[in-house]
Amino acid sequence: MSSPGEYHDSPLRPYVITRGRSRPTRNTLRVDTLLLADPDRPLPASAGRQERALHRMCVRLLSLAEAAVHLELPVSVVTILASDLVDSGHLQARSGIPAAARPDRELLLEVLHGLRSLR
Amino acid sequence: MVSEACADRYLPETVQQPVKILVVGALGVGKTTLVGSVSEIRPLRTEETMTEAGAGVDRLAGLPDKNTTTVAMDFGRVTLNDRVVLYLFGAPGQRRFWNMWEGLAEGAVGVLVLVDTRRLEDSFEVLDQLELRADTPFAVAVNHFPDTHPHGEEELRRALDLLPTTPVVDCDARDRTSSLDALIALVEHATEDLAAREAAS
Repeated sequence: MSSPGEYHDSPLRPYVITRGRSRPTRNTLRVDTLLLADPDRPLPASAGRQERALHRMCVRLLSLAEAAVHLELPVSVVTILASDLVDSGHLQARSGIPAAARPDRELLLEVLHGLRSLR
Repeated sequence: MVSEACADRYLPETVQQPVKILVVGALGVGKTTLVGSVSEIRPLRTEETMTEAGAGVDRLAGLPDKNTTTVAMDFGRVTLNDRVVLYLFGAPGQRRFWNMWEGLAEGAVGVLVLVDTRRLEDSFEVLDQLELRADTPFAVAVNHFPDTHPHGEEELRRALDLLPTTPVVDCDARDRTSSLDALIALVEHATEDLAAREAAS
């Protein structure tokens, strides 16, 4: 087994963490979805170690991709864990643009203005 | 766990809206350099185990002979105002990674295709694919390397067989302003593309 601080990934490991699932319960979570934990809702005793770590990581606002990197877990696994925690009301999700949609004109202009102001 | 180094890890809680731009291109073309030039955080790297069929943990357990590969994706972050945050994802352009970046491109502002003029042929596949998709705006940024010999824009457009409406910009991925300008050209194009679509419908 790996010692603390070491990261040994194998195809089997994600599968165990997600209890055999390969698909999240909701398909609205994306790499750029912002996650925020509800501090007033402690996780049940049955919550797994990775779920607890994710919940703790999202004590303040963070994207799903960033949470995955900091937890040293694949994005696909964190998507499944986050999906469960959103379902149970322990995580709030602020989602990006839905898959079938594109940012509207107002948002594009906001992005444009933001980038220009960084020059 | 929360150390001082993590102080700027988090976003302001006023941020409501994430948006994303994909930076695609061949290995070594400068995707991570560009992301790093613009990002407010040190670029982060995710690694996913993929099967030839798709990304993620799908059908991996107990299939040791399955042809799996690890794909790395670097990304960065720019908080644009107190409401909107932009994520920049650098993704490899090769055909076998399309499953991954096509998913990423969904809902994106657009795709910036980073091109090395010494290896133009590396960009053909990804440009073909983007033209087929049609629903994702994209722009071409030519990353300049010290031994790059200059191409005229017309020559480059012909070589890459680009549509007249596709923007082509010069860029130095190591330079923040230059990289921002390439992103600005893409978002300007996305805005015009949206207006044209709305006028046509």
